[in-house]
Amino acid sequence: MTDLLYSDVEEALRDSVRSTLDRFIDDDFVSRIYDDPDTDTSPLRRALSDQVGLAGLLIPEELGGSGAGPREAATVLEELGRTVAPVPFLTSAVIATTCLLRVGDRGILSELAEGRATAALLVPWTARRGAWPTGESVIEPVAGAMEADYFLLPVDSGDGTVSLNLLRRVDVDVEQLTSLDMSRPLARVAVRAEGHPLASGDAAVEAVDAALAAGTALMASEQVGLARECLQRTVEYTRTRVQFARPIGSFQSIKHRLADLYLQVVQAQAAARHAAASLAEDDDEARIAQAVAGSWCSDIAVRAAEEALQLHGGIAMTWEHWVHTRLKRAKSDQLALGTPDAHRTDLAPLVDLTA
Amino acid sequence: MPELDDKVRDLLSHYDPATTDKAEFLGARFDAGLAWVHFPRGRGGLGVSRGEQERVDALLAAAGAPAPDVGRNSIGMGMAAPTLLAFGDADQQERYLRRIYTCEDIWCQLFSEPGAGSDLAAVATRARLDGDTWIVDGQKVWTSGAHHAQRAILVARTDSSVPKHAGLTYFVVDMSDPGVEVRPLRQITGEAEFNEVFLSGVRVPNSDRIGDVGQGWKVATATLNNERVAIGAGAAREAGQIGVVADRWRRDPSVRTPGAQAELLAWWVETEVTRLAGVRLRQQLEAGVPGPESSAMKLAFARQAQEISGLALELAPEEGLLYDDWTMTRTERPSFLGRGPGFRYLRAKGNSIEGGTSEIMRNVVAERVLGLPADHRPDKGIPFKEVPR
Repeated sequence: MTDLLYSDVEEALRDSVRSTLDRFIDDDFVSRIYDDPDTDTSPLRRALSDQVGLAGLLIPEELGGSGAGPREAATVLEELGRTVAPVPFLTSAVIATTCLLRVGDRGILSELAEGRATAALLVPWTARRGAWPTGESVIEPVAGAMEADYFLLPVDSGDGTVSLNLLRRVDVDVEQLTSLDMSRPLARVAVRAEGHPLASGDAAVEAVDAALAAGTALMASEQVGLARECLQRTVEYTRTRVQFARPIGSFQSIKHRLADLYLQVVQAQAAARHAAASLAEDDDEARIAQAVAGSWCSDIAVRAAEEALQLHGGIAMTWEHWVHTRLKRAKSDQLALGTPDAHRTDLAPLVDLTA
Repeated sequence: MPELDDKVRDLLSHYDPATTDKAEFLGARFDAGLAWVHFPRGRGGLGVSRGEQERVDALLAAAGAPAPDVGRNSIGMGMAAPTLLAFGDADQQERYLRRIYTCEDIWCQLFSEPGAGSDLAAVATRARLDGDTWIVDGQKVWTSGAHHAQRAILVARTDSSVPKHAGLTYFVVDMSDPGVEVRPLRQITGEAEFNEVFLSGVRVPNSDRIGDVGQGWKVATATLNNERVAIGAGAAREAGQIGVVADRWRRDPSVRTPGAQAELLAWWVETEVTRLAGVRLRQQLEAGVPGPESSAMKLAFARQAQEISGLALELAPEEGLLYDDWTMTRTERPSFLGRGPGFRYLRAKGNSIEGGTSEIMRNVVAERVLGLPADHRPDKGIPFKEVPR
């Protein structure tokens, strides 16, 4: 059985991500992005890429990256999810990078590794392995596009062959959309040029599928980080909030909800670890792990944010409170990269439970 | 670990599994320290990491060696043995551990009472010291395996003038004592898996007291934590009720509907994440990170068993309207999965009650894992005899 715990290397990485995040953002910072989408997030991005090397985490050392694997990326995502950090790590450093690694592009990877540029896969944020469109001239809603310098576009060449083309910023029009989760801005992207092909045929299909599989497997860890944060903060709150002359956390109606949520978060953590650990393999077991984590962790992150809101009471309905940014991210994550229902549908043939 | 491999080889070379009597082989295995490898030397183990057990079990199974009947002696192996190891004296460990492992002694557990189930510390069964012997009087209930057990672990009240947790003491009872009367307790399934046990003037030598007088709650808590680990175990995918339903789905296209498929897949995912969480919990235990998280696993297990066994009846309604057999049976190896779907449905109802109700488990998780404040307890600090019952 794969190791579902965290290695010392992962814990050290977690600590450095956490301390950097704590220095640059707080709950208000994320909240402000909703009022002012032009809020400058670049100091945070630069710090994470220059000081912790996140931009090139999955890129091999010979191309200037750290040559780390999915387990380390998953640990990073737990911290990013905990703080709903507005950085394109998942979209650029995980999804687009996985795609570029598959097609063997070197030049752009070196640029990405240094944090000098970011890239985005030009598919709707709802796409998942085996379910993504090709040949559209306007694609929406796309995640990670606002700050991207490079775009990876799956193109249907007309005869049913798919190619993967590289576009630059000048080749597209990017228009920001007002999104449910403004901490991961979404955009409408209009394609104005063909770009140049990176791969075609099976190689292109496999690269896009691998990228989306990595996104699904690792977003589960972002959801775990978010869910744990909601659980922990809510536990703290119910320990101190007094009503009827007792901390509300001493009432069984509250305790039992939190115990159930704890169990679900523990399950989510194991599922996310398993998905990350098996991501390097490209087999049925890895796909089962992705479908399980993709459906469970999506639902539990939403559940954790919703429970946090209810158990905090009216205060959690306010703009000042930290819950709203988590709820918006959690609900968006649930719809991104395949809904839980879609993941369970994908699971059916893998575990021989077809209709 | 090469030493373990050598020990296994050595055991197999002296005791050929094909020709050695089962109890004799298990006794030799115990003596070689291969029974519970994490137990100390001389106590069935070698004082090595618990994680090594899997390897030993696999090597011996591959050689065709007999395994102990954990199902038949689950109380002895899963609860009495670790409790004796933690709280028993050298003489008690010497007398009992080996015979538990070889199944020469089957054990049962005399904890619950008609008036003390979830509130276990409220047990009223009394033990008073008469010279060197304790005299026990009271009634216990939900005692699985009492009808074929040689020994029992018992929690009894030795002082009712102190608050409930402080007045308990833990004993080993010889079930052949003439004061022990075992009556079958027939359940919802028709089976009599459990018993009522009446204790009238049962004599327990002071040398069979486990831990100090008044320390019974501490010892019992350790036992119950072991119980929850045992209940939460099970590493194979589709090992529980989901396996039965998935198998039916694959074999029988007539049960397949879109609605049922959505439900089945959701339960499949939930069972799988519970399995993974169980694997992760075991890895944490092996890495030396202890915790009461197994209480959470028991919650998950109970919920899934109940919901999935209910779904199984809906998948095949004609069959679900029938029942396999209402005859009162007394099986030695109770199984949640044996027999027909109706039995599985009814038996699973007990999963959220036995071994600590789901409500108690949620309190345990909330208070001991999450650190939430204790529930309001009006009997706190009050002598047991003054608590309304």
